[in-house]
Amino acid sequence: MEQPSLVVRLRVSKKKLKIGRMADSNSEEIAVIGNTDLTAAELENNKNNTMAEAGTTLLRRMDISVAEAEKRTGKNAVNMQETYTVYLIETRPIDAVTEGQNPAPDSLWRRYSEFELLRNYLLVTYPFIVVPPLPEKRAEFVWHKLSADNMDPDFVERRRTGLENFLLRVASHSVLSNDKMFYHFLTEENGWKEVVFETGFQAKADSRLKALNATFRVKNPDKRFTELKHYSDELQSVTSQLLRVRARVADRLYGVYKVHGNYGRVFSEWSAIEKDMGDGLQSAGHHMDAYAASVDDILEEEEHYADQLKEYLFYAEALRAVCRKHELMQYELETAAQDLTSKKQQREELVTGTVRTFSLKGMTSKLFGQETPEQREVKLQVLEEQITQGEELIKDQNTECNEYVKNAWLDIERFKEQKDRDLKEALISYAVMQISVCKKGIQVWTNAKECFSKM
Amino acid sequence: MSAGTPKSLPSSGQKSIQDISHPLSAEDSVLTPSPDIGNTTSSIGEKDLSLPNGTPVDTSSPGSSSSLLNRLQLDDDLDGETRDLFVTVDDPKKHVSTMETYITYRVSTKTTRTEFDLPEYSARRRYQDFDWLRNKLEESQPTHLIPPLPEKFVMKGVVDRFSEEFVETRRKALDKFLKRVADHPVLSFNEHFNVFLSAKDLNAYKRQGLALLTKMGESVKYVTGGYKLRGRPVEFAAMGEYLDVFTQKLGTIDRIAQRIIKEQSEYLVELREYGPVYSGWASSEGELQEPLEGVSGCVANCSSALEELTEDMSEDFLPVLREYVLYIESMKSVLKKRDQVQAEYEAKLEATAFRKEERTAVPTDVEKCQDRVECFNADLKADWDRWQNNKRQDFRQLLTGMADKNTQYYEKCLAAWESIIPLLQEKQDAKTDTN
Repeated sequence: MEQPSLVVRLRVSKKKLKIGRMADSNSEEIAVIGNTDLTAAELENNKNNTMAEAGTTLLRRMDISVAEAEKRTGKNAVNMQETYTVYLIETRPIDAVTEGQNPAPDSLWRRYSEFELLRNYLLVTYPFIVVPPLPEKRAEFVWHKLSADNMDPDFVERRRTGLENFLLRVASHSVLSNDKMFYHFLTEENGWKEVVFETGFQAKADSRLKALNATFRVKNPDKRFTELKHYSDELQSVTSQLLRVRARVADRLYGVYKVHGNYGRVFSEWSAIEKDMGDGLQSAGHHMDAYAASVDDILEEEEHYADQLKEYLFYAEALRAVCRKHELMQYELETAAQDLTSKKQQREELVTGTVRTFSLKGMTSKLFGQETPEQREVKLQVLEEQITQGEELIKDQNTECNEYVKNAWLDIERFKEQKDRDLKEALISYAVMQISVCKKGIQVWTNAKECFSKM
Repeated sequence: MSAGTPKSLPSSGQKSIQDISHPLSAEDSVLTPSPDIGNTTSSIGEKDLSLPNGTPVDTSSPGSSSSLLNRLQLDDDLDGETRDLFVTVDDPKKHVSTMETYITYRVSTKTTRTEFDLPEYSARRRYQDFDWLRNKLEESQPTHLIPPLPEKFVMKGVVDRFSEEFVETRRKALDKFLKRVADHPVLSFNEHFNVFLSAKDLNAYKRQGLALLTKMGESVKYVTGGYKLRGRPVEFAAMGEYLDVFTQKLGTIDRIAQRIIKEQSEYLVELREYGPVYSGWASSEGELQEPLEGVSGCVANCSSALEELTEDMSEDFLPVLREYVLYIESMKSVLKKRDQVQAEYEAKLEATAFRKEERTAVPTDVEKCQDRVECFNADLKADWDRWQNNKRQDFRQLLTGMADKNTQYYEKCLAAWESIIPLLQEKQDAKTDTN
């Protein structure tokens, strides 16, 4: 059966979505620059041009977007009334659009928990992939004027774009985009959950979680993975620190701007008792009011930068998980190898009759007498079986491990490049944002100066 | 100083004002017009004899001191070309003695006025001396608005009174004080002012104090004798109201400015933590190292720019506001004195209504009082007008200065961010080229 595959079609959605560069793992980059000077039309054009060059490994092309969000109320698992938000996923085959038709998109509604389910499934099914993260469940790193309420419309809006970003990243991934469950998620509203559970991934999910949190020591750790794990820890720590401090900076900036609004009022009052100075003062006061008001937009735009950082904070977790999975495999391999070695030794002992290693059996047999040749024979046979099984197991595990390392490393390289690109974009658009803030500041104070000089 | 006929106007540095006896002095000569006045009006130049707002100066009643003062005000509005007295305060120096440590400032004077023996002077003065001068001016020119001095005592004990910033702020305020006095048509001719600028040993002069009673009305002390004021003329009532509201607004502006400085300082604290996080991150990255270092450097530059802005506002903006509050305080007390003088006159006028006194050529007590009131009102009105003018200029300068400082701050930040854009993008382009 033909594997449906989905390709990236970036849409500039309702609220100035600026997605960093997204690419298939081995094809050209899609040149999306988070540049505020490009119009929506130009952005679309850029994408269109590069889309044509995308790889031919993808068979079906589809437009994907998370178009809307809506509040719903219903009964939950424990029969309690709850309010939640659902998101509208729209999909449309690209061919139809390029052929000049404009059919209505297919759509279905999904809530956040379903996205979570999808992601958990992907994590378990593709442990060697750095799986794209979801937008945060609860608002964190909030600067105080921003609402931490999940129902807050701004939060919902940012979550909508975050969910869309997630879908697009998965859809543009050379491995993940081919997943059947993913395709069903996008196209079948009902019954999707059941199908996912039928895959039995839940059991694997539980053991995965346990493994991730377990402590064990690997005797010969793979240097590359160890380094990568350290890096992922670093990345997590530094991005969360950055987000925290940035939120505090935003708080303070808000205060500075807002206090200037008081000038507006006092200049107005003062102008009432002045004859010649009055007009200049009054109009300067208006500029001060405008200045104070401008901070709201500034900080709203900065939230987008924070969201980009958050994505990589969560990506760092995913990266770490890949390393941990490898560690676990390595550990299991070492354990199995150890097991095999000890079994082989036991066999040798049985065969040669020498007790080289101290064992309780050895002691008891010394104390209570040797076994009969028949008993020994049975034991030997069991051991032989176990050894054969063990050797098979190790062979499989080794193959699995090598496969894992190969695939993981491919995806890690892809991820590294993506990360460098995306974060550089984020820094560029942050700088562009700051430039705009400075220009606005210069404008306001120049205007105010003009008013003052007319006093 | 003779009580002779007034000579030409002080536009060319001649002695006319000092030759006119002060209206409030005990002298009996009233202002007599000089035949020269008519001539000198044309010697001022092609400029029309009218006030800045276009109303012609009234020269028809030569006896009115206000017309003279109006003309003097005209002079002040002309550029420094006609100024004949320049004063500067600079070069602060610390003096350490066994008893105390204090700062002196160099007071430099350049003048063509003949009231001064030399064309140039340079003297070292300390705050005490300025304070003494101001008190003397208040005593000897009670009908005039005396500019304020910076506060004597250090605010809230937080500031180090020998720190560079504090000394500089004070120096600027003292400089402004002397300049305002030097620009005043009456105060600048005050004897104490002259001595302050020129004397080698000011302390000796101070000690002589009582011995140098001048005719400048030092004997005139205003007893706030509890006279009740009947009706305050509208314009003075308006002045009082204006000053009340204005003080309030200034207080509010001061509070706002302080609040802004505080918020900016706290913002700065966070920024100083924010920048280094980027460099910390850079150390664990490869491709991203340079961009992250770039951003870190940018934030550091913005932090420095912000620090400068906050310092400037503290040093230049707040002190001027506070100065004006002090100015207004002293103005209000002058207004009160005026009220008293008027009240005294009214009381005495009422009293004489019951008595029959012959009108002689010698001014009676009542007529003296009337003179006092009229002169006070005239002086005050003239000073008020020039004060309003100066206030307008001062605040225009102050607020445009504030706007400038803020603009400069943003320009510095803009330059910083713009400079890293090519750094951030260059690697990007290089990469796509090699693909």
